[in-house]
Amino acid sequence: MRINPDKCVACGNCTYVCPVGAIYIDPGIRRATVNLDACVECYTCYNGLSQEHLNPTFVRTVRKVFQAFRLRFDPEPDVCPTGAFEPEELKWPRTVRRAFSDPRVPHESTGVHGRGTEEVKTNDVSGRVGIGETGFTIEFGRPGVGASFKDIQTMCWALAKVGVAFEKRNPVTSLMSDVATGTIREDIMNERVLSAIVEIKVPAERTEEIIRLVWDVEKGIDTVIALGVGTRCDENGEDHVVEPILERLGYHPQRAKTNIGLGRAAQAALLEKT
Amino acid sequence: MTNTLHRFGPAESFADDYVVFAMCARGKNDQGALPKLKKFLEMAVPFKPVNLGDASHGGALRPSRQMNPLAHWNRDITLDFQTVINGLDTLTTVAAVFDSRPTAEEFVKAVKAADLGLSINISTSVEGAEQCCFAAGIPRHSVGYSLGFEGKTEKLPSDDVLMLATMCGHGMVSHSLAKKMIDWVKEGRRTPEQAASYMTRFCSCGVFNPARAARVLRQAGQGKQEYR
Repeated sequence: MRINPDKCVACGNCTYVCPVGAIYIDPGIRRATVNLDACVECYTCYNGLSQEHLNPTFVRTVRKVFQAFRLRFDPEPDVCPTGAFEPEELKWPRTVRRAFSDPRVPHESTGVHGRGTEEVKTNDVSGRVGIGETGFTIEFGRPGVGASFKDIQTMCWALAKVGVAFEKRNPVTSLMSDVATGTIREDIMNERVLSAIVEIKVPAERTEEIIRLVWDVEKGIDTVIALGVGTRCDENGEDHVVEPILERLGYHPQRAKTNIGLGRAAQAALLEKT
Repeated sequence: MTNTLHRFGPAESFADDYVVFAMCARGKNDQGALPKLKKFLEMAVPFKPVNLGDASHGGALRPSRQMNPLAHWNRDITLDFQTVINGLDTLTTVAAVFDSRPTAEEFVKAVKAADLGLSINISTSVEGAEQCCFAAGIPRHSVGYSLGFEGKTEKLPSDDVLMLATMCGHGMVSHSLAKKMIDWVKEGRRTPEQAASYMTRFCSCGVFNPARAARVLRQAGQGKQEYR
């Protein structure tokens, strides 16, 4: 992302809306500027700010007049008055940043939509996580901190070492040069993303082992992790398998997404299954 | 995506936060699913959701590419559900956000009766979703728990800021903007509802809950810390 210095009037609105704090007012040129090392190409500035397309010279003049009289205009905080943001064409490996950070675009680099997959959200149709199984989503950099693939790599190596299988259609998995060892391709190691999700599935009896492994590895990772655990309920809609394990480990889940089981496969998919 | 799962706050703070969303499974039931997704959105409107959205185009309050400069003095914060419904043109996740359990329960009952064949999920407190299922006479099929945030949590902002910013799970609502809105409400520069509307526009899939945000802003503005 680039901010056109000829258009920017340094109102500062964009410095607040950047999720990773990559936009700053450069005192040398008195314009908002993007720190490209920190920018994760999420396009929040470009997509989220409303645009007015005012004449920059006019806006700067008005601001100077107001400044002279110690007056302050109280504008809307989600507006770029001159439409100064100009997306740049991204090249590999920088395309990875946008693929993992801007939810509006499909993963051009990976061929998979979104940062993760359908997880248990379509479990009633896909049967992806069965009774007695635990699906994990280990999300790096969320909320609002960001992550580098070096952080993710550390966790993937540790998970691979204990023999877990990575979800095949997951964007992180698709960027591994060796899925068996959890090795992510070298040329994206320096790329930062807003967040990325590693997905695995294990038998429920390994739930505690995996959580303890995550606890151990996260100590050496320089970002936050949002941990999610999914499971299939029994015929009464109860989970007597995974939740007790979580409680025993000191988790008291406050929030969940609950698949209520109204989905069904279309006829063709059912025939294929049989 | 886990874009509604990791909202920050105790279970009580989700009493006005029920996200009901529908999606199809790739290769399983996606053929002919678009009209069903649209039907889901249309069905939600009579239940007066506080937001409605699709993950490709956004919610019921969107940024403008050509904003009228006079809008600074008279910004429209009316939710535009029809734009969401009319704009749905691709297979994606669609969501309706409600600010009360009775309303969410009635909507889930209606969705069950409509028999769309899509996967329907409720994202709220564990108990809140259980109660919705019970009211509709549906046993839970699967559940995905949020275990919260771990690792370098010292990098995270205050609880109030987290409660606001995590309502966009994709991270499009920045911590800085949430903090700024809390400050503006404290200073009386904007109402909680106005401040919430600014953040709502940044959520690119329409799951941000402006009603809960306004409540959190109001409480934060009064110096009431809700959590920890």
